[in-house]
Amino acid sequence: MERYICAIVLILAAMVIALRNLSKSYETAEGRLEVLRGIDLDLGAGDSVALTGESGSGKSTLLHLVAGLDRPDSGEIVVGGRDISKLDDRGRAAYRRTEVGLVFQQFNLVPSLDVAANLAFHAKLAGRHDPAWENELVERLGIGPLLTRYPEQLSSGQQQRVAIGRTLAARPGLVLADEPTGNLDETNGDAVLELMLSLSKGTGSTLLMATHSQRLADRLDRQLHLRSGKIT
Amino acid sequence: MTTWTLATALLSHWRRRPLQFGALLSGLALATALWSGVQAINAEARASYARAAIALDQNGLANLVSPNGGSLPQSAFVRLRRSGWNVSPVLEGDYRFGTTRLRVIGIEPLTMPAEAQTVDLGNAGDLLSFISPPGTLVVSPGTAEKIRGQTDLALRVSDRMLDGAAFVDIGLAQSLLRRDGELSRIVIAENQRPGLEPFGALVPALTVREPNAQTDIEQLTESFHLNLTAFGLLAFAVGLFIVYSTIGLAFEQRRPTFRTLRCLGVSLRVLAVLLLAELVLFALAAGAVGVAIGYLVASLLLPGVAATLEGLYGASVPGTLSLRPEWWLSGFAIAMAGTLVSSAQSLLRLMRVPLLAVAQPQVWGRSSQAGRRIQVLAAAALLALSGALLLWADGLQAGFGILGCLLLGASLLLPAVLSGFLTVMQRTSSGALVTWFCADTRQQLPGLSLALMALLLALAANVGVGTMVSSFRLTFVGWLDQRLAAELYVAARTEPEADRLRAWLATKVESVLPISSVDAEIRGQSMQIFGVVDDPTYRKHWPLIAGLPDVWDRVASGEGVLVNEQFWRRERLRIGDQLDLANDWKSTVVGVYSDYGNPKGQVIAGINALTSRYPQVSRLRYGLRVQPDQVADLRASLSGEFGLPPDNIVDQAALKEQSRRIFDRTFLVTGALNIFTLGVAALAMFLSLLTLSEMRLPQLAPVWAMGVTRRDLALLELLRPLVLWLTTFIAALPLGLALAWVLLAVVNVEAFGWRLPMHIFPYEWVRLGLVVLAAAVVSVFIPLRRLAGLAPSELLKVFASER
Repeated sequence: MERYICAIVLILAAMVIALRNLSKSYETAEGRLEVLRGIDLDLGAGDSVALTGESGSGKSTLLHLVAGLDRPDSGEIVVGGRDISKLDDRGRAAYRRTEVGLVFQQFNLVPSLDVAANLAFHAKLAGRHDPAWENELVERLGIGPLLTRYPEQLSSGQQQRVAIGRTLAARPGLVLADEPTGNLDETNGDAVLELMLSLSKGTGSTLLMATHSQRLADRLDRQLHLRSGKIT
Repeated sequence: MTTWTLATALLSHWRRRPLQFGALLSGLALATALWSGVQAINAEARASYARAAIALDQNGLANLVSPNGGSLPQSAFVRLRRSGWNVSPVLEGDYRFGTTRLRVIGIEPLTMPAEAQTVDLGNAGDLLSFISPPGTLVVSPGTAEKIRGQTDLALRVSDRMLDGAAFVDIGLAQSLLRRDGELSRIVIAENQRPGLEPFGALVPALTVREPNAQTDIEQLTESFHLNLTAFGLLAFAVGLFIVYSTIGLAFEQRRPTFRTLRCLGVSLRVLAVLLLAELVLFALAAGAVGVAIGYLVASLLLPGVAATLEGLYGASVPGTLSLRPEWWLSGFAIAMAGTLVSSAQSLLRLMRVPLLAVAQPQVWGRSSQAGRRIQVLAAAALLALSGALLLWADGLQAGFGILGCLLLGASLLLPAVLSGFLTVMQRTSSGALVTWFCADTRQQLPGLSLALMALLLALAANVGVGTMVSSFRLTFVGWLDQRLAAELYVAARTEPEADRLRAWLATKVESVLPISSVDAEIRGQSMQIFGVVDDPTYRKHWPLIAGLPDVWDRVASGEGVLVNEQFWRRERLRIGDQLDLANDWKSTVVGVYSDYGNPKGQVIAGINALTSRYPQVSRLRYGLRVQPDQVADLRASLSGEFGLPPDNIVDQAALKEQSRRIFDRTFLVTGALNIFTLGVAALAMFLSLLTLSEMRLPQLAPVWAMGVTRRDLALLELLRPLVLWLTTFIAALPLGLALAWVLLAVVNVEAFGWRLPMHIFPYEWVRLGLVVLAAAVVSVFIPLRRLAGLAPSELLKVFASER
């Protein structure tokens, strides 16, 4: 147990993120589209940073690169001293499994698992299944009565609570959220964001959140604005 | 908006999804092909029976027959003619021309009623040569080919004659069959003078046999055709599973298009008509392909079917297929009906969907909890009905009813069984991936259940029919070893040669077993009575099913007779029953023996009892018991001494080989249909997996995002169908065995008159299991390759918030 706690503390402490000269482009019907052009960025452990910008400005692409879901054309993504863009498929999968938590606008819960299984899923994959911590999350997220339901039986707000719970249950060092309240009304959106902020603060996770909403961005420690693939 | 513009919008779906389009057309074409192929075979065989009925005049007119089935005196015919009755005599029997055995039908052309005249002998020259010595044989072209050079009689070929039969003048028939003054029956013409003295007064010993609507051979072969139809229906249903799934999916995927068109002012009626027209167009195209493949399938299978019908029932069917317009039309009709049935639910759903309903495609094939419950209840009811039929009903139809209920019930139960199995697996596993794998597989079940049900049916049919055929083969081979105990079989060409042969053999062999038989009609059935000598060979080897302890003593003394199993079952005889044999010969049934492959009833009596009733019985054929190492020498000596041709001296090994060859050929068609059905089921599974793979991304992407590699996901995707196929295969084993038991213990007894012991062949299951495994791997290959080659950008699209 002691070793386990030490390992988590080390992960969290080491979760310093540095992006250097990061570029990414896509082939489209109209030709090559440069989405990110030489991004430089540093994030400290426990930071909460809002990424704002218009549609197509490259917010999601940046999050995907940091999450190890995609590779940059050039540049470095150094997380905890490792350049994750140099990792192979297996290495990046291990990084996502153990160090990153993702929250999406579309929730992306596993449709075949009930809420309880969804909640424990990522933590089990990461090898950090902790029923007591999950119970606490269930309590704080208010999803106790929903545990036996399936995602399709939940409202959007309920689904996003479960998605946040799933992410935090795995105690990731880095939480990446892509428009987490984009599918929710204002009241639900505020409640969900509040929960995410307080829980990630509580666990010491670094939070990088893409959002269109200036109101939500104002509630985070720092704001970065993306325009035409560059941080302005 | 023109109709063409609308049609283009609707058809664009298929242009963008060529695989789905291919699945729809191939499913429909295959379903039509197998169904219409089987129908073509049945139609051809039935047409052949009709020809046979006309040719042989089996049941077209009423006949006067002997009530005990024996011969009639010719004097009865003479008396009737003198009294003014318009009647005509017929004598039938089997006769060997060299090595070819023919059904000889002796007729009297001058008195034969016009409606029963199969061959036109109106030409004076033809008539004269027919009734004048040495006589003429009227035979089919095929038969003429066989007996040419084996008889001195003139041959006249007629296309209307049936293979294996010959018309001769009745005088010639009496001479060939050594039945002077005897008749088999007297045909009664429809038109008679009024006021004639009744038959009862003129020929009180005879009875009138009314014509049957169905010919004997039609009745005999009904089970076989029912069997073929059942197989065709099974294959058709399996094919329709593909069509149903594909159409359902296409309708779901096009819901946004339907909504847009409706919003643009297209009425529901116009939309429905256009979709219906689209389906009709597809049905016509796939129907044409299906009918063409069906013709090919039928022409490939027909020689096998002809062999089966001849082997099992003695029915002669040509091995070539003729194109019949009604068959083409029925092929198109079945394609159309199949399409409409498969699309009815989707069309109805379209009519009911409100204009502004959410246009997101729903998960394909997802059924409600209530729907699943109804399915389980229906399965339970069908299985219960199957049990009830087994306990309380009898007859061939009941046998097929048991089979139908059992198969349908079990297949309806399959999704629930698989779901239960996966739930247990999920609950007992603690690993995240195993839990997800089980849950995800369970979620996919509705989309795969039709294909899995089809697979279960095909596998169960394979196991069941395979077990039946292999049990039959094992029993048949054992039976042949018993039945063909003599080492050599020899046939003399003439009676004097037979006398000489017997005398010569007396000192050369251990025993000589005469093979003497006569044709007789017993209890209204055309049968053979064999005479056997009292010899240890019979006591040791003859395959008795039941009998008195001293059965062979009783047969030898002429006190009793043996009957074959089919006659015993058909007539519900018991040991000790009295049997009226021909010519006032009464005897007791003292034993029953198995007689596989023989459609007719048979009686075995002591040779003395037979020859005393039939002094003229042919004594040309003999079985010879010698030491096996002396067979070759004896064969050579027989050839040298008597100059017998090779066909007249047959050794046991050659006979067994020939019998086994006939047996294997008999079940070729069953094997072929089995493979076809399994192939269609595998295709259904492949297409379902392929279709599902297009919708897998939303399920796979989150798991990938949480750190499971694409390689691991691909392996799990490979494992999924393997688990499902394997579980279905395991479920198919008990079902297949139940099917085999019903076939052996119920259907065969009703259809053929014999019951076979059931044997288990685990090696065949292992082989089938490996085939299933290979098919599962092949079926998942393309979807897997697609997944393995998926770029991360494709998976990322699932998460794009600005999709």
